[in-house]
Amino acid sequence: MLSAPLLVGASFAYLLLLFAVAWYGDHRAQQGRSVIDNAWVYAASMAVYCTAWTYFGSVGRASTSGVWFLPIYLGPTLAMILAWMVVRKMIRIARSYRITSIADFVASRYGKSPTLAGLVTLITVVGIVPYIALQLKAIASGYAVMTTVPGEAVGSPSDWWRDSTLYVALALAGFTMVFGTRHLDTTERHEGMVAAIAFESVVKLIAFIAVGSFVCWSLFDGPADLFGRALDNPDLAPLLGLEQQGRPFAYEQWFALTVLSMLSVVFLPRQFQVMVVENVNERHLRRAVWVFPLYLLLINVFVLPIALGGLLHFGAGNMNAESFVLSLPLDRGWHALALFAFIGGLSAATGMVIVETIAVSTMVCNDLVMPLLLRTRRFGARAAGDLTGILLGIRRAAIVGVMLLGYIYFHVAGEAYALVSIGLISFAAVAQFAPAALGGMYWKGGTRGGALAGLSAGFALWAWTLMLPSIAKSGWMDAAFIAHGPWGIELLKPEQLFGLAGLDNLTHSLFWSLLANIGAYVGVSLWRTPSAAETSQALLFVDVFERTEGSRPVFWRGRAQVADLLPLVARFLGAARAQKLFEDYAAASGVAGVDEIKPDARLVQFVETQLAGAIGSASARVMVASVVEEEALDLDDVMRILDEASQLRAYSHALEEKSQSLERATAELRAANEQLKSLDRLKDDFMSSVTHELRTPLTSIRALSELMVDDPQMDSAQRQHFLGIVVAETERLSRLVNQVLDMAKIESGHAEWHTADVDLRALVLKAIETTHEVFRERGADVTLDAPSAVATLRADPDRLTQVLLNLLSNAAKFVPRGSGRIHVRMRSDDSGITVEVRDNGPGVPVAEHALVFEKFRQGGDGVNRPQGTGLGLPISRQIVEHFGGRMWLESDAGQGACFAFHLPWQIQEGRQAPDNPTANPVQGGQQGGAPQ
Amino acid sequence: MNTPIRSQRLIGLFAAALLLFNFPLLALWDRHALLFGLPLFPTALFLVWGALIALLALVIERTER
Amino acid sequence: MSSKILIADDEPNILVSLEFLMKREGFDVSVARDGVEALAAIREQQPELVLLDVMMPGKSGFEVCQEVRADDALRGVRILMLTAKGRDTDVAKGLALGADAYMTKPFSTRELVQKVREMLG
Repeated sequence: MLSAPLLVGASFAYLLLLFAVAWYGDHRAQQGRSVIDNAWVYAASMAVYCTAWTYFGSVGRASTSGVWFLPIYLGPTLAMILAWMVVRKMIRIARSYRITSIADFVASRYGKSPTLAGLVTLITVVGIVPYIALQLKAIASGYAVMTTVPGEAVGSPSDWWRDSTLYVALALAGFTMVFGTRHLDTTERHEGMVAAIAFESVVKLIAFIAVGSFVCWSLFDGPADLFGRALDNPDLAPLLGLEQQGRPFAYEQWFALTVLSMLSVVFLPRQFQVMVVENVNERHLRRAVWVFPLYLLLINVFVLPIALGGLLHFGAGNMNAESFVLSLPLDRGWHALALFAFIGGLSAATGMVIVETIAVSTMVCNDLVMPLLLRTRRFGARAAGDLTGILLGIRRAAIVGVMLLGYIYFHVAGEAYALVSIGLISFAAVAQFAPAALGGMYWKGGTRGGALAGLSAGFALWAWTLMLPSIAKSGWMDAAFIAHGPWGIELLKPEQLFGLAGLDNLTHSLFWSLLANIGAYVGVSLWRTPSAAETSQALLFVDVFERTEGSRPVFWRGRAQVADLLPLVARFLGAARAQKLFEDYAAASGVAGVDEIKPDARLVQFVETQLAGAIGSASARVMVASVVEEEALDLDDVMRILDEASQLRAYSHALEEKSQSLERATAELRAANEQLKSLDRLKDDFMSSVTHELRTPLTSIRALSELMVDDPQMDSAQRQHFLGIVVAETERLSRLVNQVLDMAKIESGHAEWHTADVDLRALVLKAIETTHEVFRERGADVTLDAPSAVATLRADPDRLTQVLLNLLSNAAKFVPRGSGRIHVRMRSDDSGITVEVRDNGPGVPVAEHALVFEKFRQGGDGVNRPQGTGLGLPISRQIVEHFGGRMWLESDAGQGACFAFHLPWQIQEGRQAPDNPTANPVQGGQQGGAPQ
Repeated sequence: MNTPIRSQRLIGLFAAALLLFNFPLLALWDRHALLFGLPLFPTALFLVWGALIALLALVIERTER
Repeated sequence: MSSKILIADDEPNILVSLEFLMKREGFDVSVARDGVEALAAIREQQPELVLLDVMMPGKSGFEVCQEVRADDALRGVRILMLTAKGRDTDVAKGLALGADAYMTKPFSTRELVQKVREMLG
């Protein structure tokens, strides 16, 4: 045994640690660096599903029924498989409409019905209080096991003020108040609390696995040894099969437990809280859906070994199996491990209690107390005054109230029942929410009446067939009605309703309650068409994925004023928060300030949504309705608004497309304009260049002529020299004029082309001969490498000569004086003829390759700029391209330049078919036989 | 229906899990045999469970194209 | 003593005509065939007047003009820009860079002589 002060001290130290974790989580959240914005933390917080019932109860269950503890964890695994569809939709709905509890979820769906919200809350409180009691019971009995001298009876203290469980309950209530109701938030999120819960999940998992490992490898010689000894024991061997206690496998009960836990893992208030309300990011669900089942698997792996180990160690019936987790290490004197195991159990219990009370207190406050309070004159719609303090007060009172209810239940009734049975009663209660909630998410026909009828019927049957018998069995009331039926009516016997026998209590109750629930829900819903309010909410819920935040239809019509709405929000959220919310709204809708907000349907919806976060959608609806003038909508209005919204969506889609295509057109126009501008600039440059080129020779002609006119006595040699210059410059002028005209003609397509069969080799030879004198003058060497004959081309021989002369004289201008070398190379292949003119001049940097073919862009670095019009290469290129060929430059600075052009055989003159169709094969033949 | 392929896979997996975890497929494992020295039935139950979780992780974490 | 004049132009035929013209008018004439050569000659000879072509290889007339004006030692040098580019922007640019006068090619020899005399007088 351990001393009580040590145990109490350790427990409170652990609670302090929890406080620290929660404080850290809140602190980080305020800094905007959320610790719970993480899929692993999210998954761990889901493990609040595993309570003291798992931690202690599963072992107890396994020690009497073998694998029967498992369906409670297989169900959640099944639920998680579908969670990506179902839970994600719940998260999206809750986020969109600021839904903060399961009661609000159901009520909001069915026209924001306060009655429905109240009913769901009532069911929750009745169903959940025993479950909270269960946790307190676990802590209490764990404490007893830890502090009792072995051999002595485990007893509970007689005086309530000496009962540590009460103090545990009050401590937990304090903790929950601090982190659950510190401030009012319209999303009802508690980052610090979630961080603490995730931390607790890790602690309880590690503690349980530690005990499991201890049992397997310290108490026994490995799992094989443990199971082997269990199989040898005729009392224990059956626990490892399906058949229990000599009865055949009750597969309907197995199935019922699976379905029950599948629903519970979604609809238990604490699961809804951590999974839906506290979800930070929908995408976290993607990881959580498999990590959470993995967690369940891990925490269950050692349940059977611990149960069997305990039974083998202590002998069946000598020790409460539900406390094996503690008693096994204690018995072996492993006190530290026992303490750790106790802390693990404390984790499991406190985690559940904290989240559950927060969730339930929100529901009690928003859906039970507030609607009543707002009806009174003092707090009602017409009253003024800040209600935030009162709201928080109600929440805190609700937390303490729920906790105390749990304590009282534990104290009065808890002793009689095993942990597992209490838990299952709660599960069956929350399963009643499934038809209305799931139906509401996928079926637009469900109505408020249907939901009310279904929930009432289900709840009534649950109470009759499960809750009341359990109370009766714990001795609170006469159990005679169980055996004989009320007033002796056998048909109404709670555990064999209408004579249905052969099922266990739970399956029996689940069958009847869900049957009545679903039947009433569907039946009553189908009885009449949904009202406008129901239809509009149905559309918003079922089609939540089909619209984005901004494009959802707003089902509201009437008149409102900002001056009424702002104070309303301030009453429930505080003046500062309200002002901030309205300022953000103004900014989001693109107006300058709060005063300029348009009080339209969207604003009303915004206000209502914000209020819904604080006081629930039903109360928010009532409050908003009290300050605005509303017009009642009928079904046609709803359908019309929906149509308009869809049309609006279509319009905005079309508008978006249109604006995109306009943008494209604008971009194209801009590009075209740029091109025109640049063409204009080019033309301007061209004119400027031509002017320059014309004026330069004119300058010398005019000056020299005037000199000669002024001085008739000029000596004849001088005069002859001047006249020679005048003639040369005149020739230069003519050449320039010709080339400019030539260029213009080619460019405009008005050039004349005299196409004939051309022997390019002959043309090259002739061109070299023509330029012979020029090269000789510069001391340059010309070599030719050409096939001895090439096939003829269809082209204009004069033009090609012009090209060749151009390239040759170009080369001549750039080669170094005295040591120039020009190499002309000709090659023919299948596609056509290539001519290269390579020189050993300065070459052209790669960056300037494109420029040399532009008009008036002369090569050279300036110092050695040669004489020329700057039109030769552009004209040559135009000519080559006219005959379907191409001209290019291979060169780099310092490497010499190689101008080359390629003319294809199949000449498409001006993109026309060759005028001699038979030419091609003949050419091909000649080319093929051309000797080198 | 143009349900995304991932949702279809998940629904398929759900159906498989529901069948595997219930009568009569569950009863097939209930026989006196040992697997790695452990009793077949609970071991198989946990192995099937683990395999389903692995498959679920595979389906859900695989990016949808 | 006759005034020293430098003629800078890359067109040999224009150089021939200008050199003849200026010599006939009695000036002490030297020539340069590009911008670099022109700047060197200006620094060395400190001519009273430069007839400066704009479009020259090496350094353009604008650049030469700018460098001369940036050099205090060359303050006395007058610059007459000659250009075949007749656009207003070119004229404005030349004057902004510190040229004393501007003439467009082709020019009248009489007007040129008159202008030169004005600038030296």
